[in-house]
Amino acid sequence: MIPAAFEYVRAGSAAEAVGLVGEFGEDAKLLAGGHSLLPLMKLRLASPSVLVDIGRVRDLSYVRDEGDHVAVGALTRHMDVQLSGVLLEHVPLLAYAAGFVGDPQVRHRGTIGGSIAHADPASDLPAVTLALGASYVLQGPLGVRVVPAAEFFKGFLTSVLEPDEVLVEVRVPKMGGAGWGFEKFTRRAQDWAMVGVAAWCRGSESGVALVNMGSTPVLASSVMVALGDGAGVVDAAELAVAEADPQADLNASVEYRTHLAKVLVRRALQTAQTPHTKP
Amino acid sequence: MMCTDRGHTAHSCNKGADVQIHVTVNGTVHESEVEPRRLLVHYVREDLGLTGTNVGCDTSSCGACSVHLDGEAVKSCTVLAVQADGCEVTTIEGLAVDGVMSAMQRAFMENHGLQCGYCTPGMVMAATSLLREVPDPTEREVREGLEGNLCRCTGYHNIVKAVLACAAGN
Amino acid sequence: MTVTEQAPSTDPVSGATVGRVIGQRLLRREDPALLTGEAKFTNDLAIPGALRLALVRSPYAHARILSIDTSAAVAMPGVVAVYTATDLASLWAAPMPCAWAVTADMKNPAHYPLTSTKACYVGDGVACVLATSEAAARDAAEAVQVEYEPLDAVVDPEAALRDEVVIHDELGTNKSYTWDLKVEGHPGQVDEAFAAAAYTVSERYVQQRLLPMAMEPRAVAAVPQPFGGDITLYSSTQVPHILKVMTAITLGIPEQQVRVIAPAVGGGFGSKLDVYAEELLCVALSRKHGVPVRWNEERTENAHATVHGRAQVQHIELAADASGKLTAVRVRLIGDMGAYLQLVTPGIPILGAFLYAGVYDLPQAYDFSCTGVFTTMTPTDAYRGAGRPEATYAIERSMDAMAAKVGVDPMELRRRNYIGKEQYPYTAFSGLTYDSGDHLAAAEMAAEMADYPGVRARQVTQNVAGAPKRLGIGVSSYFEMCGLAPSRVLASLNYSAGGWESATVRVLPTNKIQVVTGTSPHGQGHETSWSMIVADKMGVSPEDVVVLHSDTAIAPLGLDTYGSRSLPVGGVAIAMACDKVIDKARKIAAHQMECAEEDLDFADGSFSVKGTPERAMPFAAIAFEAFTAHNLPDGLEPNLEAQVTYDPPNFSWPFGTHICVVEVDTETGQVEVLKYVAVDDCGVQVNPLIVEGQVHGGVIQGLSQALFEEAVYDTDGNLKTTTLAEYLVPAACDVPSLTLGHTVTPSPTNQLGVKGVGEAGTIGATPAVMNAVVDALSGLGVTNVQMPASPHNVWRTLQSVSAEGGSR
Repeated sequence: MIPAAFEYVRAGSAAEAVGLVGEFGEDAKLLAGGHSLLPLMKLRLASPSVLVDIGRVRDLSYVRDEGDHVAVGALTRHMDVQLSGVLLEHVPLLAYAAGFVGDPQVRHRGTIGGSIAHADPASDLPAVTLALGASYVLQGPLGVRVVPAAEFFKGFLTSVLEPDEVLVEVRVPKMGGAGWGFEKFTRRAQDWAMVGVAAWCRGSESGVALVNMGSTPVLASSVMVALGDGAGVVDAAELAVAEADPQADLNASVEYRTHLAKVLVRRALQTAQTPHTKP
Repeated sequence: MMCTDRGHTAHSCNKGADVQIHVTVNGTVHESEVEPRRLLVHYVREDLGLTGTNVGCDTSSCGACSVHLDGEAVKSCTVLAVQADGCEVTTIEGLAVDGVMSAMQRAFMENHGLQCGYCTPGMVMAATSLLREVPDPTEREVREGLEGNLCRCTGYHNIVKAVLACAAGN
Repeated sequence: MTVTEQAPSTDPVSGATVGRVIGQRLLRREDPALLTGEAKFTNDLAIPGALRLALVRSPYAHARILSIDTSAAVAMPGVVAVYTATDLASLWAAPMPCAWAVTADMKNPAHYPLTSTKACYVGDGVACVLATSEAAARDAAEAVQVEYEPLDAVVDPEAALRDEVVIHDELGTNKSYTWDLKVEGHPGQVDEAFAAAAYTVSERYVQQRLLPMAMEPRAVAAVPQPFGGDITLYSSTQVPHILKVMTAITLGIPEQQVRVIAPAVGGGFGSKLDVYAEELLCVALSRKHGVPVRWNEERTENAHATVHGRAQVQHIELAADASGKLTAVRVRLIGDMGAYLQLVTPGIPILGAFLYAGVYDLPQAYDFSCTGVFTTMTPTDAYRGAGRPEATYAIERSMDAMAAKVGVDPMELRRRNYIGKEQYPYTAFSGLTYDSGDHLAAAEMAAEMADYPGVRARQVTQNVAGAPKRLGIGVSSYFEMCGLAPSRVLASLNYSAGGWESATVRVLPTNKIQVVTGTSPHGQGHETSWSMIVADKMGVSPEDVVVLHSDTAIAPLGLDTYGSRSLPVGGVAIAMACDKVIDKARKIAAHQMECAEEDLDFADGSFSVKGTPERAMPFAAIAFEAFTAHNLPDGLEPNLEAQVTYDPPNFSWPFGTHICVVEVDTETGQVEVLKYVAVDDCGVQVNPLIVEGQVHGGVIQGLSQALFEEAVYDTDGNLKTTTLAEYLVPAACDVPSLTLGHTVTPSPTNQLGVKGVGEAGTIGATPAVMNAVVDALSGLGVTNVQMPASPHNVWRTLQSVSAEGGSR
């Protein structure tokens, strides 16, 4: 319940945060909303020696229409993503899915950047942004680089984010009226997904990604290719786990998780292909 | 050593060294020195003696510790006291005014929305925050809005009834 | 205060209408303190100078302790002392108590607050730390170096009986006891009935282990008096009185020096009906160090260190004649005791022993046997219902199996078997007398509220081959068997305490009334309900009554709150104490009004002379006369106060029928509850608002066993569900709203006609939900689903029947 002791510093800007994490090295952790990190620290599964608090960097909380895409500041809270008019209009899948993260108290504190940077395969927004073909803007000591979501996640809780980099923005392509579906299968509403599916399609184009079906969020490329080749939803959904590597846990065996992924991909795509209906 | 920024220069301090914070709790400004690892729930319970906020788990699951941070419900077990620096915190002790319970507190009483009362402060804080965001919720919206708060006594039936009654102004 | 009109109930004894206050939906006086944060739970108490206790707990389910090195921990900042079992051995006068030796030859390993040679479950205490802060104590506990020799874990109670790995070397076996109850009209009747039966069923059910998960984890604070040796123990307990006696016995402290206080207690559900190592350690160490010592439990610690519930393997066989009428019941139970026997561990399965024939008319052909077995898991003990939900589950699930065999609707089979209203009071096969009941009425009300025929009709169209979602409806009829308990019956079960309850009613000079009760509420609203009973008896307003409880210095006599006993035993004791006070007041009134006692009527708080009601004396005047004692009858003591200890003549027998309607997604295995109807009869309802709350909470807790909860252990004996993130207590959006109905069949065994209601919901709900789930899938060849009916378990079941070629 009580985290191990640590040194606490506050950053006034993203650049300052970059400087601080560079200064303190690998033992330093960035603290945004704290809803990924603090639970681990309370159970002493994480014991960083320094916390760099970027939670007060107000200018990293925004949702902006950037023409072909929407730019979401890394410190935008889940609740603000959920209610953003710009996102509801242009990227409704992201706004909708944000409403399923944790519970209202979590959504009042947790941030999109924190969730993605934590790279938990069981979290919703990494997979949702992956399905949407988003890019993440990483600021480091030498400047910024833009990494596509498909190249960001490297393993369980690991990504290409360097210790001295800060994720500052999420760029999500506008959906352009694409149909979409989001399926989050849980025992209880507040739980992480046993399996989750984010999907959209527009003509022959589509994006499908899976939550909690491997050590990273999983892009279901085989499903997308099959759909592009004209396969029906039912057939395409059978390919749901081609890229996945599901593990067994308390709530599901590998077989069950595999089965669920297929069912949920099918359902998400059926919703996506049903005109004028929101899930 | 000062560890708060007060401007844009970062200051560092020794591991675990106390940090000065200014927090307005239930309308009263508190200036305190806290260890960085001090959780907001321990700060209000132990440093300020506001023991109405309860701890029911260690995984941010149960919501018993819910308080308002700048008007919104948060789980005070998952917020560091230093993160509340410069913020307004309302705990369950801050809802009643001059000995008169808030509308939500009254609704819980009138609808028997509590039994042992341990989850109740957090439940009331979450419900109060919910109605600020969704003033006229459906039963489903109330149930979903309270998804982060666990109760073992009531089966939630009367809690939901209380929140709906409060929303309806009964 | 909101008061809704309520039809008055009828006094079962006098036939007169009672209920000026009883029967009203009075709002709870307990609420404002709880709603404003003013209420103090144990961990809220400010206790200056208290040291913090932390335990070093075994990470192994089964291991020999080779060595313990405390040197690093002792040297840490803030640490006052570190102790092992050996260091503290001289402090214990007796092992931790098990108060229920169910058989003369029951095996019970000596169980001390810290274990010395062997750890027998993950969480078993092996050392403890005293420090000046909680953080320092917990940090130092992590620094204690214990060398273990891990041994094989024993996590399957059936396999444990093979004694391949013996947990307690000194016992030589893992079997604790076998307790039998065979009742036959003539020798061999059970076997004959099965041989002659037109239909039989033989079912095996597993009651999964549950974690009670009261929202308040346990907390303890022991405060010694600086001189004289007195000790005050604050604990989040349901049983301050039992705890006081046991503390005195275990620590060898003169009982009169021990005071136990249960402050606000955040739920118990049986898990705080115990005497725990941490309570005894706090007392022992506070005395040793001469300063207060406190401990509070974190949730993860709670999952390991607080008792678990259920954990039984049940084999039940029913025999029935050609009409489906039951002719015999045979039950074989294996009860998983866990690693040690806690306060009433071995008796929990026995509490259900009389209920495996449910609410059905059974001849004397009953054969029950329960074997208690040790495993290397946290000890089990009482959990809401304690033996009775398990029994009800077995009979109600197997009644559905029987209905399928007979080829009749489950409701119809129940109708054919219910004990008839006209058979009451009913002497059961066991010799117990069921006081009252009308099972058919409750069942018919529930069926109507749930639209039972309508759901059956919808099933015909919905549950076709290939249907993605199948509809199911499940029924369960139950007895609660509560009001624990007649002391002589407890004696016959070898329980080492009585089942009485104590009450004192004291009239203050200004006609305000103090009630002292031996019950110890932790969410049940006793202060409100007890004041209502007194208000009716004494003709005062409930606001004029204060209820004192849960402090052994204020309420020295009592047997506490569990087993739905508080109202039918403790509440009745209060009514009887009121009668005693009124009797004394009548003497004073007669003396003052110069008439005979028998010429006086007492009503509405006033004595009046029969036939001349204008000659009256209000109770308030008598109260003041009793106080001044200026003019009392010769030989009569001043003041109005009476104490009653009530030993109930019988259990009470609440009953009812619950019906659950579910839809099961056959692709994912997800179960959705569409409707839940509960019709309960707990006799006269003192406060219907509180009754409904008890039913709501109980139903969801029972439903939660059916659909969500399970304490999962791996084969090495590690608990995998140690937090509320893994152990699935559902939230509001995961459970349905509930539809309640009630019938009122007053208990004839007590003057209030009350029965108790604390466990009814939990008892009724689990089988109703599971019967609905199985019913939904029965067309696919499913006959059972292991609890909890999680999506995974349902899916797995469907996979196995389709592999076996079930129709689809």
